[in-house]
Amino acid sequence: MNPPVFASFTGAVEFIFAPQKSNVTGGKKVGGFDKTMELLIGHLEVTVLALALALLIGLPLGLYLGHEGKGELIAVGVGNVGRAIPELAVIALVAGLVGIGMRNVAPALALLGIAPILVNACVGVRQVDPATVDAARGIGMTELAIIGKVELPLAIPTVMGGIRGAAIVIIATATIAPLAGVETLGDFILNRNVYGENGLLAGAILVALLAMTIEGSLALLQRRLTSDGLKVKTA
Amino acid sequence: MADPFLLAAAGEVGGDFFKERNSGTLPCQASESHLFCFDWAKENIDRYGTPAQQHLEIVLLSVLIGFVVAFALALIAHRTRWLQPPLLAATGVLYTIPSIAFFFLLLPLTGFGRDTAIIVLSAYTLQIIYRNTMLGLDNVPESVKDAARGMGLTNRQILWKVELPLATPEIIAGLRVATASTIAITTLVVLISAGGLGTEMYGSNFNFPTAILIAVAIIALMVLAFDLLLLTAQRLLTPWRKAGPR
Amino acid sequence: MRTDQTRLRVLLAALAALALTLGVAACGSSGDSTTSGSTEGGEAGAIQSNPENGKVSLTIGSKNFPEQEILGEIYAQALAAAGYKVKSALNLGSETVALKAVKTEQISGYPEYASTALTSFFGLEPEEVPSDATEAWEKANEEFEKEGLQAFEPTPFASANAVGTTKKTAEKYGLKTVSDLEGVSEELSLYGSPECRQRIDCLAGLEKLYGLKFKSFTPVDIGLRYTVLEKGQADLSILFTTDPQLSAESDKFVILEDDKEVFPAGNVIFVTTKKVAEEAGPDFEKTILQVQEGLDLKVVQELDARVELEKETPKAAARAYLESAGYVG
Repeated sequence: MNPPVFASFTGAVEFIFAPQKSNVTGGKKVGGFDKTMELLIGHLEVTVLALALALLIGLPLGLYLGHEGKGELIAVGVGNVGRAIPELAVIALVAGLVGIGMRNVAPALALLGIAPILVNACVGVRQVDPATVDAARGIGMTELAIIGKVELPLAIPTVMGGIRGAAIVIIATATIAPLAGVETLGDFILNRNVYGENGLLAGAILVALLAMTIEGSLALLQRRLTSDGLKVKTA
Repeated sequence: MADPFLLAAAGEVGGDFFKERNSGTLPCQASESHLFCFDWAKENIDRYGTPAQQHLEIVLLSVLIGFVVAFALALIAHRTRWLQPPLLAATGVLYTIPSIAFFFLLLPLTGFGRDTAIIVLSAYTLQIIYRNTMLGLDNVPESVKDAARGMGLTNRQILWKVELPLATPEIIAGLRVATASTIAITTLVVLISAGGLGTEMYGSNFNFPTAILIAVAIIALMVLAFDLLLLTAQRLLTPWRKAGPR
Repeated sequence: MRTDQTRLRVLLAALAALALTLGVAACGSSGDSTTSGSTEGGEAGAIQSNPENGKVSLTIGSKNFPEQEILGEIYAQALAAAGYKVKSALNLGSETVALKAVKTEQISGYPEYASTALTSFFGLEPEEVPSDATEAWEKANEEFEKEGLQAFEPTPFASANAVGTTKKTAEKYGLKTVSDLEGVSEELSLYGSPECRQRIDCLAGLEKLYGLKFKSFTPVDIGLRYTVLEKGQADLSILFTTDPQLSAESDKFVILEDDKEVFPAGNVIFVTTKKVAEEAGPDFEKTILQVQEGLDLKVVQELDARVELEKETPKAAARAYLESAGYVG
């Protein structure tokens, strides 16, 4: 009657696709494909929302700061601070002070993602050859056009690096979002009683796979967006 | 009718053990809506000593181990070009796995506690330290290496006396990033019973912003301290460079 | 060469700085591992230190909520007073984690609720859990022994989950028992721990045994179970019968009586392996049973109050209990 004390890889894979017995549900099975999908979608929802918010705020700001050449020191400072924010504190503070649920958790996660996006956008634009920018001004491009058509494309590798970093930290923090009312794949990891050892392993594998998939997709996107001239330089 | 659950309590606790409490007289930390309770903070600051110490120990060990491994890997890859892409990819993959997932993936193998924490945290530092070391070494101008060769230095001497010193700023930059993120992620090791400052953000403190904020402040101080330490080390190790952003 | 010397000096300086930082942190630390100490004989209840026990190392675990941590600390400190070398591994996680830790000999034992053992480990339905403390313990022990484990006799107090709400809500809908929620529950939101949704001794049980359907269920960390009621986010919340808020803030919160017994009450029984109990000698069980004699409901609520309301550390609360009851000098 007891679920396994030790998990196995095959057990975890079984768990993802077919409901398993659990001791505490009074006979009802847990896990399985439907539940996995439900939690996966929940995880994606909050990730995409948070990432979108972070992009909305961080990208324009970073590009602008880099373009104007101001506040690079502040940007790097923000980056360092952002890197050092503990995820558990963010979730706990949001849950205790602000509120629970997608409405409150997504902005909190977005905050975590703003730092890498902002910093990388700023630094990336700053590293664009000023001669190129001058030339663009010389042929009469507006400042906005310069940012969009000259600086951004040249800064793509760095900017995308920031977005990838933000995605990773958001996905990671979303794993403990069930503590604040948002059901994500972290549910499998946090509720060992219900889902058992197989569920735990399945949850960890799923989160890792999700992170790698999104990171990989963004890497592909980066390659697509990087103009051929740049590709020669980047590793 | 006697409550079947209440067996006779044989030990007697002193009457002064119990305190009178009611809604009106609850202290700051007991009420649900508050931001920061200064009195509690003042009285309880010493309890952060042990978690901070555990936290520091874990961070130092992880960064040290990560640095040694990544540094060694970078040196190997520097000489053996074809190893570079796979190593970069491997360390990159480790970094992508969210920390919580990583901790719990290792749990069946290494059990809960500090060791699992250190293994995972070291793995996270690998990517950034490896990448930065490689970058630093790659950025050494060929002309400098040529000059050194011209002076009769062996490859080994060039590595240790020319390339590495010139790569130091990049390496230290990597160390700074690795240390900062390790300090942050270490808060999660409370979930695998490894202590650290995360203990003050979890459990009965989950709804207690004062305790969480103090822990966050201590973490911020640690990050700052290590950053300054590393910057100072860099300045001392590279006396030929002027201070300032690259 | 000069640069080598400088670099060595820098390295030494950096190491010195790090050592200093560690030293400062160590100064503030109160030391976590409890060391053996002897108590004066004299007080009838005092725990006697037995030098024989110094050869035995024990690791006491606990689950991951405050009441559990307090219990773990009480046992750990008591065993240390009895002369054992004790380490604590509190905050392990939920019951399956803790049990696994015992089975794999990562910890020597931990306090468990008899009801939880029967439902989570041995598959009993909540209604089947015996309502008599001794019966429940005997039943659990029977099952534990099949796996080479052992459970010591129960504490005086018992704890159970409960459906709780604000006094206002209770008065508005006329709620005294859980059954009163019939017909009303569709308008009310329920908040509970993430695992509550599927547990038969939580939401799943409420749906099955009481036939209730709630407007919504939202998972939150148990640390927030009163916050969500206070803030008005939750109409109903899963609480514990030993919660200090129920007496300290009795004008604000009430629990509904569990008339259909979905939430079985459980006394605490210390779970360990037969092997550990043997190796540790007779003082192991004796000390644990001795020190838990004073734990009645009122005392446990006071201890919970100190940790959950006044935010004391479980260690300090445990120490206060042990001293006040005369177990340690």
